[in-house]
Amino acid sequence: MSAPPSDDTLMVERDTWTGKIRETALEAFPPDRLLPDRQPAYVASWAYVFGALSIGAFACVMLSGGVLAIEGPAWWHSSSVGLFVNSIHLWSTEFFFMFMVVHLWAKFFMAAWRGRRKATWITGVLAFVISIATAFTGYLSQQNFDSEWIGTQAKDGINSTGAGAFWNVLNFGQMLMWHIVLLPLVVVAVVGVHVLLVRRRGVVPPFAPTKVQLEKAGLSLQAVGMASPPLAVAEEPATLVSEVPPAPAQPQAAGPSDETPPPQASPANDPPLQGGPGPAELSTGSMADDPAGGQSPATDQLWQLPEDQS
Amino acid sequence: MSPSSASAKTGNGAHRVRRFKPDRDVVEWQGEYRRYDLAKEVFVCFIVVLIIVVGCSILFSSPDDAPVTVKSWSNALPVDFAQTAMTELDGTSPLATYGPPYNNTPGASQQLGPISLERAVGVRIPIDTAKVFVLHPLSTLPDRPALQVALSSYRGASSAQQAKWDAAYEKVVANATFSNGQLNVKSGPYGPVGVLIANLVSMARSGALDGALLASPQEYATNYTNPLLLIADGSYMSDLATQRHLQGNQWGMMNETGNFPGQAWLWLYTLWYQVPPMNSSSNGDVEVWAIMMALTVLLALLPFIPVLRSVPRRLGVYRLIWRNHYNSLGPEILSQLPPDQ
Repeated sequence: MSAPPSDDTLMVERDTWTGKIRETALEAFPPDRLLPDRQPAYVASWAYVFGALSIGAFACVMLSGGVLAIEGPAWWHSSSVGLFVNSIHLWSTEFFFMFMVVHLWAKFFMAAWRGRRKATWITGVLAFVISIATAFTGYLSQQNFDSEWIGTQAKDGINSTGAGAFWNVLNFGQMLMWHIVLLPLVVVAVVGVHVLLVRRRGVVPPFAPTKVQLEKAGLSLQAVGMASPPLAVAEEPATLVSEVPPAPAQPQAAGPSDETPPPQASPANDPPLQGGPGPAELSTGSMADDPAGGQSPATDQLWQLPEDQS
Repeated sequence: MSPSSASAKTGNGAHRVRRFKPDRDVVEWQGEYRRYDLAKEVFVCFIVVLIIVVGCSILFSSPDDAPVTVKSWSNALPVDFAQTAMTELDGTSPLATYGPPYNNTPGASQQLGPISLERAVGVRIPIDTAKVFVLHPLSTLPDRPALQVALSSYRGASSAQQAKWDAAYEKVVANATFSNGQLNVKSGPYGPVGVLIANLVSMARSGALDGALLASPQEYATNYTNPLLLIADGSYMSDLATQRHLQGNQWGMMNETGNFPGQAWLWLYTLWYQVPPMNSSSNGDVEVWAIMMALTVLLALLPFIPVLRSVPRRLGVYRLIWRNHYNSLGPEILSQLPPDQ
């Protein structure tokens, strides 16, 4: 029996597909980014709860749907227990959409796509749209008056797009399969990607405070020599960079000091894993990774983007 | 100086310079962090939702109105069924003149400008209403010699002759009555059609037509296209939907039987059916779908659209969401301001 591989052995086997996948995954999602136990101080609003509530409601939808699947699609019509489980399925769906819509609006008001978070926004919209299709097929699979009426009415809209020739809303078997297999798989996949993107990119920071807000807080741009600098322009990156201070970033007095971990390098254009003093990082609206190789951007590279990220 | 020349100046040919835009870019957070138990939050949310939905299920249950079948329809409104069956036989029913994907009725396809996606895809669920809804089901009935003679007579007649019989029966069935389990129509030159429709009504009322329309070579039937399309051509299901406030002009697509929320998330889709020109257009469906597809794409691509993506900043609702943050600004925020400040 051979001994378990040492760390050195694991290093060598990074040449394998498995090793590369693991390395890439750990690089993109180190444990403290995947399951963070700290969040930026500004993440303090009820608006942030609706993402988790959506996931909670989605879990209820999946669980109640799974119970309905055990006895088959006709069970709930003849069993009081089945009717109760179907009711849970229905109300979970209603709340899932309600939470998702509030979450969507909250993220809209935050302009949550800023700073390389466009893919997060797009996958969120996709999750919403695919969830609508999933719920719609559920309504078509009820085997009651609702499903008959919705199907016979909706066919005209679907047919008008040409899709009705392939996706027949009056075909119970087809709609049931889409409802319990295909679309849930897509929703789970898209929501999964969405959540991973949230973890990778972090929660979008607030808009920069206005001059009035700064003055209200007793702060002045004059004090740090930033009074009325010219707008950043592409032709003058050097001027721009010289205007970015070295970021003293002292912890706020309100928070306990032991909650601010020491500075650490973070992949280029990704938000820092945990907060702490360090150079200010600018994230621009590109969706792709910076090919710089996972190094923190130097101060004089703050405004540099790959050509393919315009 | 062009962006590319700026890149060259920095010694990295793959990079260029871009202006900071507050609706697209951010200065990543370098300030304070606080404890945040993500797993606990998700678990608590799940439990809270579970309690709410169990409560709603106990209080409100879920709707389950019995479906309409051909049997229930033909027993409730036998004359309406007979009249509908006649339109299926003579090819004048809504389905018989629907166009793709069911048949090739000229000019029936919806189109958006010069484009008709229905027509482009073509007939992929072919339904000959006379054969599928009337003649074939009747041919499955055993031990009815008079019916078999009528079927043979009708099938053997020329199209012109069939049309004459159909037209004659259309006139009399419009004033038909139903009593003692029999469809009563005046006599006329409608040949075997009277026998056909009378037998079809009898078959429907027994429930045999439901089974015949579902019949498939695999025995196990899961496709309800035929019976549902036939039922939709009659007025029975539509009348029930009107009573339940489910018609299209009653925001029906987003409603549900009973006092349940239904698919409230379809409110925008349903809205377009209430306003002109879609509420009266013969191309209303494809127009509404085009609008919704465009809006969906717009929503998904919002971060890329300069004017629209600045709406949240201009609305200022974010100040409410992040009010704690803005109320506790410290000096460290000065190091995190974007360059244009």
